[in-house]
Amino acid sequence: MNGASETPLLSARSVTKRFGGRIACRDVSFDLWPGEVLGIVGESGSGKTTLLNCLAGRLAPDEGSVAYESAAAGSVDVHRLSEARRRLLARTEWGFVNQDAREGLRMGVSAGANIGERLMAVGARHYGNIRGAAADWLSRVEIEADRLDDRPIDFSGGMRQRLQIARNLVSNPRLVFMDEPTGGLDVSVQARILDLLRGLVEGLHLSAVLVTHDLGVARLLTHRLMVMQGGAVVEEGLTDQVLDDPQHAYTQMLVASILPV
Amino acid sequence: MPDTSIPDTGIQDPAYNYAYLDEQTKRMIRRAILKAVAVPGYQVPFGGREMPLPYGWGTGGIQVTAAIVGQADTLKVIDQGADDTTNAVSIRRFFARVADVATTTATQDATIIQTRHRVPETPLREGQILVFQVPIPEPLRMLEPRETETRTLHALSEYGVMQVSLYESIARHGRIAKTYNYPVLVNGRYIMSPSPIPKFDNPKLDRSPALQLYGAGREKRIYAVPPYTPVKSLDFDDHPFEIETWSECCELCGSRESFLDEMIVDDQGKRLFVCSDTDYCEGRR
Repeated sequence: MNGASETPLLSARSVTKRFGGRIACRDVSFDLWPGEVLGIVGESGSGKTTLLNCLAGRLAPDEGSVAYESAAAGSVDVHRLSEARRRLLARTEWGFVNQDAREGLRMGVSAGANIGERLMAVGARHYGNIRGAAADWLSRVEIEADRLDDRPIDFSGGMRQRLQIARNLVSNPRLVFMDEPTGGLDVSVQARILDLLRGLVEGLHLSAVLVTHDLGVARLLTHRLMVMQGGAVVEEGLTDQVLDDPQHAYTQMLVASILPV
Repeated sequence: MPDTSIPDTGIQDPAYNYAYLDEQTKRMIRRAILKAVAVPGYQVPFGGREMPLPYGWGTGGIQVTAAIVGQADTLKVIDQGADDTTNAVSIRRFFARVADVATTTATQDATIIQTRHRVPETPLREGQILVFQVPIPEPLRMLEPRETETRTLHALSEYGVMQVSLYESIARHGRIAKTYNYPVLVNGRYIMSPSPIPKFDNPKLDRSPALQLYGAGREKRIYAVPPYTPVKSLDFDDHPFEIETWSECCELCGSRESFLDEMIVDDQGKRLFVCSDTDYCEGRR
């Protein structure tokens, strides 16, 4: 980790989001440091995804704030930025990997166009260069070069997920939000994507917030864990520490419910 | 601008208000047109009326023409470049009847030219108004079905998705295969659909001395390109915009510069090429 940096990349303070009378996440605060991968675990309905959407500026929290240390603009309050600047941030310095690749991809256009979209959105106008960058990223996520002009509709689930990762990373983001990136994939495909993600996160010095219900995924990828229950964070700490020596009763239950192989 | 006072009825059909639409509707459309001219390429919503022809036949263009036409005007109507097709003849007759306006087929004599699918070959001049009939005003519609989202994309100038469609065309066909309704950037700000004119006509829109008004009846949108406004066809640095070319010339007038229609003239598949702009072609024979 980058010991020299003094400012956190992302800091959430008392983030609270309600849907009507129902509280989806309550008073969540944390700092994410450059190069760090933070896992958010908990069962379905515990508010993980809502929290992630609040952090990524996709949902406005009812209370609290999210500050981001932008490379281009210094420290910014994510929810006070104009929509134009927030969207610019989201397609340049950030990435967002959805659980369902169909939500994060344009299924009707080729893999190359999917990867190239961010480049074109910020003004790239040289077809050859865009295509070259797309081919490069396709190989980095281990998809055969001859699939460059195929549409993701003809890809397998694992390939779609890898394509979605490439599409996000092509703009060299500093921070990637991931919502169950391996959900719904079979185990061997999951393992391959986890390997890939681990390599990319380390190689590119990415920071990431990873939402998952799968503690195995959390152990492999994350440095630090937050455990959520009913919208609140019940336990947080270094991943190994939380998983090997859970303190909170809910975490103990989660850890105990992993199926032994 | 044409005379907008309520004229005496003269020989026009007394059963209708001047130029068919009531005065309040014409004022509303004129306001939309003024806004459209002030913000080149921006789609201004307006309260489209039922017109005595079906959607898709030029209800948008006909309402724009009705709002701007005056007795001092000379109107030309073309459909695919031709003055003598059903749609062109009907709309021309309609305005001759309800607006008592002189009509012509000569491009240089017209003050208002309502058009479907073409820009005349004869260069336009200052003071002329070109009225386009537009089926789908939103250039991003096929890429982004949500109206709320396309409006946001326009508002924020987020036009990467338009470039994605051109990328896709090159990836699939080796070149930008779009030949009509080719997207343009107006005044460096808004991406606009030039209506389904062939891309051959796109360069004529750029810095044209004539005012261009676009009316979409079904979608109830008006947009405009004021005279001498830059209009750039989108492309890539290494795949620049190009217009259609033909190895043949026009069978009737011998033109090599105009947009040619291919015609099959017998059962043996004999083909010939003729100008799509009938007025231009007749003037050269």
